[in-house]
Formats: sequence, structure tokens, C-alpha cells
Amino acid sequence: MTTPLRPDQTPPLTMDTFLQGIWRENPVLVMMLGMCPTMAVTNSLRNALAMGLATLFVLVGSNALVSMLRSLVPGTVRIATYIVIIASFTTVVDYAIQAISLTLYGALGAFIQLIVVNCIILGRAEAYASRRPLLHSVINAGGVGIGFTLGLVMLGGVRELLGSGTLLGFPVFGASFQPWVIMLLPPGGFFVLGAWLLLLNWLRGRQPGAAPTPVPVHNHGR
Amino acid sequence: MNKPPATLELRSAPLLHTPRTVEQIMRHVVYALLPLCAFAVYAFGLSAAALIGVVTVSCVGAEQLFNRLAGRVSTLADNSAVITGLLLALTLPPGFPLWMGAVAGFIAIGLGKAVFGGLGGNIFNPALVGRAFVQAAFPVAITTWHAPFMNGRFTHFMPTSLTTPFLVPPDAPLWYGALPVDTVSGATPLALHKFEHVATGTLDLFLGTTAGSLGETSAILILLCGAYLAARRLLNWRIPVAVLVSAFAVSAAFALADGQRYPDPWFMLGSGGLMLGAFFMATDPVGAPVTPRGAWLYGALIGAVTVVIRLFGGLPEGVMYAILLGNAATPLIEAVTQPRVYGTGRQSAPDKNPP
Repeated sequence: MTTPLRPDQTPPLTMDTFLQGIWRENPVLVMMLGMCPTMAVTNSLRNALAMGLATLFVLVGSNALVSMLRSLVPGTVRIATYIVIIASFTTVVDYAIQAISLTLYGALGAFIQLIVVNCIILGRAEAYASRRPLLHSVINAGGVGIGFTLGLVMLGGVRELLGSGTLLGFPVFGASFQPWVIMLLPPGGFFVLGAWLLLLNWLRGRQPGAAPTPVPVHNHGR
Repeated sequence: MNKPPATLELRSAPLLHTPRTVEQIMRHVVYALLPLCAFAVYAFGLSAAALIGVVTVSCVGAEQLFNRLAGRVSTLADNSAVITGLLLALTLPPGFPLWMGAVAGFIAIGLGKAVFGGLGGNIFNPALVGRAFVQAAFPVAITTWHAPFMNGRFTHFMPTSLTTPFLVPPDAPLWYGALPVDTVSGATPLALHKFEHVATGTLDLFLGTTAGSLGETSAILILLCGAYLAARRLLNWRIPVAVLVSAFAVSAAFALADGQRYPDPWFMLGSGGLMLGAFFMATDPVGAPVTPRGAWLYGALIGAVTVVIRLFGGLPEGVMYAILLGNAATPLIEAVTQPRVYGTGRQSAPDKNPP
């Protein structure tokens, strides 16, 4: 048996289905999910972008398949099934990146394979795709994937700019710029993330009529 | 007669207060740091004076800025930002680019103190947070040392000091060719020992005629200033004693085991920032344990970790990381060293059958 759908669980398709993952429940900047790849690969804009797009692909693909199979998957083995589906898409991405650029593959290291256990993807599959129609699931996954990519790019851009003085490998500040090596190290990732959170929460707090910053609790299951 | 109504004042412990205020304590710490600053200026000249000034102004400015942003009353009067600035400057190498000093000061107050809610809320020594940041951010600049007592030190800035903000410091030896100086740059005794196996005399270490960070070169002066604070009971004397004894004991053990490879314990005590760290950094009342036994444990931990990092780590100096580690361990140390509450027995189980 699949997870039963309650009548109130399929709201109409709105812009929020898509935008939810980008702003209100951004996985990196609000829900603080997937911190492991976030900290590890955002030391350059290129790596951040590649990681974000890889995750976006796996997220959309696996959510589509999970949504299509939602009435066939027995509830007791659903997590295992989701993992197999996610792993299949991850393998596709893994080989694709190896084929496209071996240097990029080397830079991202094991974090491409670790997309399998990325809690954003499993969380979306379990909490959303397993109980929503195909279109809903794909659109929502697209939003979350774009939100994740956006978060990584915001981190990676600042870290590369300060840590190497370049953007996408092109020098920005000239040859005599003093790089801030700490920005390429893990502490720099935490500093930049903290600074972005500070800025965004401050902006959210200033929105007219805004309630105190929403802190959604991620639904990891039922 | 209109007698005021009798009131009963209810109070809870602590009932005894020291008349001392934070402002007074901090002022005396500043007094104790001034001789170190004066010696730094004497040894390293104009650049040292400018660095101390810039870092202190940056700390005070950051304190004011974050107070303003948080909507708090100004806390500049308690001098704690000045102390952070002076201490931070004293741990930086002379000739450290002034703009990097300003960054260090801003980070020290912003990241080391303001984000935790200001004085008393910080878990790490703010000055060391600032130094750790620039150590990781600008690893080359912070390990570029200049020899003390250079000839033109009171008339010329060290070339690296006046680097344009956000640019790489110039190559020091190229500049020195045009200046009336006789020495170029000097490695610190610890670096000399670690990388070139050159020993430095203990007398030089204690008098302060060696290269090093602004305030760490003269062990004798630090001892005197620390003793002044300890005598006025403004620092917990157990901590520096524990740090120094522990560092001495651990390095003595290594020196006895293999005297060829490991330096003698007196070298360990006099070199690098151990004295400065033991007296002025580790004793930060916010980050150090308040329990007496905890203070011994904390000091011993810092001394031992310092020696281990110096002997086996990749860096020649380990005091900063040892103290930050000690700060991190402080809550744990306090939890296991709680003193016995007066009136309770040593046996945990109460007497079941009172007579």
C-alpha cells in the first residue's frame, strides 16, 4: 500500500508549488539541508554550479519516477525503492560528468556519488513526490533544485571572489589582489553561509507584515 | 513623626560583592599591556606603533558599529575592545600590512564577540579569533618576520606595513635595498629551530632581542606585567602557572628522551607567544574556567597542547590554537571540577538513619 492521499493533500497547482523551494523553503538558505555538499564543493563558482545542476537533475528525475510509481510501491519498502531510483539517476550524472570534464569530476570528488544520500532528494521523494501527481512533483522538484543551485552559487561566488580573486576562473581584481585563503577552507564556507543568512533573515524581517522569520521543520517522514 | 514603613530586604546569594567593576579591571589590564606596547615600538619602530594603533581603532570601531546595529548602549567605556585590540596587535608580526590588521580587529570583535552577544557571552578569546582568522586568510603575510632593532625603524615604515588594502604585500628584501638598514628579515627562534635547526640563546629569548610578534619577544617584561596583574588579583594566577609548568614538564620529558631532536624546556618557555598567551590570553576571565581545580586543568591542557603542536605540528607555533582549544574545553572542565557545596558531605549518599 502506498501512503494514502488525504483530500487536503493535493492543493491546486500554483506558483507557490514552484517558488516554495526557491525562497520560502530554500534548502540551503532556510532549511539548512544538504550542508555536506554545500560546504565541500562551494569553493569555486564552477564547482557550485555543477553540483547544483547535478542535484537538480537527480531531484527532478527521481521525483518524477517516484510520483509515477507512487501507487505501485509498497509502503514497507518505499525508502529502499526511492534510494534505488535516486541511485540510478545519480549514476547517470556521475558518468555524464566524467564524460564531460574529468577535472570537474576530480574537483567534485565523492560528492557526486553522495547525491544518493542527499537528504533534500530523499526528503522531497518521501514528503512530496510519493503523494502528489506527476506535474506537481516535477515542478516542485524543479523549484527545490533551482533553490539549491541558487544557494550553492551564492556561496561559491563569494568564496571564489574573495578566496581566489576570480569568477568562473576569470580574474576579476587583477594580479596583485591578495587572496583570502580562509574563504577556500571549510571555515570560510561557514562564515559566508552565516553572512548570507544574516542578510536574508534581516531582509525577511523587513518585509511588510512579515511574521517572525519562519523556521519550517522539515518533514522527514510521517 | 513620619517614619518610613519598615521594609524587609530579601536577597539571595551571593551576598558579598567585590567593589571592583569591569571598567577598573580592564583599565588595569590596559596599564599592564602598555609596557609591552612600548617595548614593541622600541624594538620594531614606526610600523609597530602604527599597527597597534590601527588594530585598536579597528576593534573599538567594530564594537561601536555592532552596538549600534544591535541597538545596545555603547560599551566602549569598559575598555574591553581596547584590550582586545592591544592583545591582537601584540600577537601580530611587525610589518604586518595595516589593512590586514584592520580586518583582524574587525573580525575579532564581530565574529569573536558581537555575534555571541558582547562581553561575557563570547566562548573564545576575541583577540585570538581575530588572529586565527588572519592566520588562515593570509598565511604568508603573518609568517613574514622582520628583525628587531633595525637602524631606520623610527624614520621608515617597514615596506609591507603600508600595503594598499586588498593587495599583496610587496616583497620585503627588494625594498630594503634602498633603505638605510643593515638587516633584512629575521626568522623567529621557533621557526629557526624547527626548519633550520638553529638554537637561540635563552638569554636572548628572555630579554627580547629576537624576531617575533610585537609583544611576544621579551619574556622578562611579560613576566613583570603579568606579575603586576596577579599581585592585584586581576588574573587567576593558577592559569599561567599551570600553563608554564605543564609546558616545561612536557617539553622536559621530550628533551630527556631525545635531547638531540627536542629543544630544552627553557627554550620552550621563552620562545614564541607562550608567555604572552599564558599571562594575557589564557587568563581571559570569560573563556577560562572559574573553578580552581578547573583552572589548573585548563592551564595544563594549554601548556601540553602547545608543546605537542610545536614539536609535532606543521606550524612552528601552537599557543594560539592551544588556547582556543582550552576555551572550547572550558564548559566541560567546569562541569567536572565543580567544588563541593559547603555543608554537604563527601559521601554522595545521605545518611539514611540519622540518630
